[in-house]
Amino acid sequence: MAAIVLVKGLFVTRDGHTVLEDVNLELNEGNFLGLIGPNGGGKSTLLKVMLGLIKPDRGDVRIFGLEPAQARKLVGYMPQKTLFDQSFPVTALDVVLMGRYNQAGLFQRYSSEDRKAASRALEAVGMGGYAGREIGALSGGEQQRVFVARSMVSDPKLLLLDEPTAGVDAAQQTEFYDLLCGLNRKMGITIVLVSHDITAISKYVNRIACLNQRLYYHGSKELTNEDIEKAYGCPVEMIAHGTPHRVLREHD
Amino acid sequence: MIDFLQYDFMRSALASGVAASVLCGIIGIYVILNRIVFISDGIAHAAFGGIGLGYFLGLDPLAFGVLSAIVTAIGIGTVSSRSKVSEDTAIGVFLATGMAVGVMFMSMSRGYSKDLFGFLFGNILAVTWSDVGIILALTLVVMVLFALLYKEFLILSFDPIYGEAVGLPVRKLRLLLLCMVAFSVVVLIKIVGIIMVIALLTIPGTISRQHFRSLPAIMAGSILCGAVFVTLGLFISYQLDVPSGATIILTAAAAFFVSTLASR
Repeated sequence: MAAIVLVKGLFVTRDGHTVLEDVNLELNEGNFLGLIGPNGGGKSTLLKVMLGLIKPDRGDVRIFGLEPAQARKLVGYMPQKTLFDQSFPVTALDVVLMGRYNQAGLFQRYSSEDRKAASRALEAVGMGGYAGREIGALSGGEQQRVFVARSMVSDPKLLLLDEPTAGVDAAQQTEFYDLLCGLNRKMGITIVLVSHDITAISKYVNRIACLNQRLYYHGSKELTNEDIEKAYGCPVEMIAHGTPHRVLREHD
Repeated sequence: MIDFLQYDFMRSALASGVAASVLCGIIGIYVILNRIVFISDGIAHAAFGGIGLGYFLGLDPLAFGVLSAIVTAIGIGTVSSRSKVSEDTAIGVFLATGMAVGVMFMSMSRGYSKDLFGFLFGNILAVTWSDVGIILALTLVVMVLFALLYKEFLILSFDPIYGEAVGLPVRKLRLLLLCMVAFSVVVLIKIVGIIMVIALLTIPGTISRQHFRSLPAIMAGSILCGAVFVTLGLFISYQLDVPSGATIILTAAAAFFVSTLASR
């Protein structure tokens, strides 16, 4: 079986600047990768390459052995901060149904199967009772969960989540990560979780990579001190507390 | 109230106004939700360039109006995505150019100065029953398109970045929406004029959004608001003997301020 994600020698430049440089990554079933790195390090870009939204300048990207754009049906995506009109007239269920777009197809209405899948996805994120509520009437954490439901409603085998916990309080974050952990362990879904906060995610993920143009990744949960220093471009103090680890930056 | 309907031109004016309300009620919602009010305004003004060219060539000015509106819609999208010029700058340039081209061609063709005023400010009382038929036909086409592409336009309006990620043809849909705006704008130019088309596209929809929560209800409310403004505006303009297009818009604007204050 082909690797779920296979990135080889990937280079991406945007407006003359190198964003990704010689990135290599292989992910297989059940991997839960925490992708950390400084702002502007290319984390969102890497996800967009994996979705086929950005074309590589060089290198090869295969998702389930396919071109990224061909593999979209198998991939769930949650963009960084979904900016939307808070008074937009849609319910939580309407939003989740958007994730069934590829199952329904152009010109087609959503089937009863799509609606059932949407209800199930809302149940799975603990939002079953909110299906008919307007999206803008939900709290930040509740909205995030609806967007996760949208990303998994198509039964994807790979989930790409771009800073899904931005603007969510600590208690809701823990709940949210537990939910992802369940998806990963029980349903074997491969997850790439972009975060700037290694502390929060290290307890849950089973792989960690650090990205700042180059990807520092050893196919494991370990990153060396040098990796982090190179990626962040400044000394970083790591305080080991067993697990979870904590990474403190000395200065900005 | 009834006696103003004894004139045929009043009846056709009312019929065209109500038909336009249905058209604007539906498209206007998407214009508002997609935040393309300014681009619609740019298209409306650019249409004037085509109308002028049509007159100059002695050919159908409305057909040329639609053509130049669509070219402008594509042009604004292309310039803002392929160059470092931002979208609102591109709109400003196209808007001004379209108007200037229109004025230039109008001045070079003889005997149409009266029509120029008509196209700028509209003349709902000069609408014929065949115009009403055209508006109804366009309304039908627009309704069918939005019914077929309901979920696509919902994703586009709510979250186009996500739409792109799931393979939604975001650019084509946006262009289709702009084309529908272009057609509607040109058809409506005859009724309320270029300058006021935007008001009819935005005011009823905005008022309706302040009072309804689901998309179908908002559309219905928007259509109803538009129809009420047209009817009331025509009646007032008849009673006071003032320009009808302007009265319709002022009626809508008054309702907008009252509704906005009331729903704060």
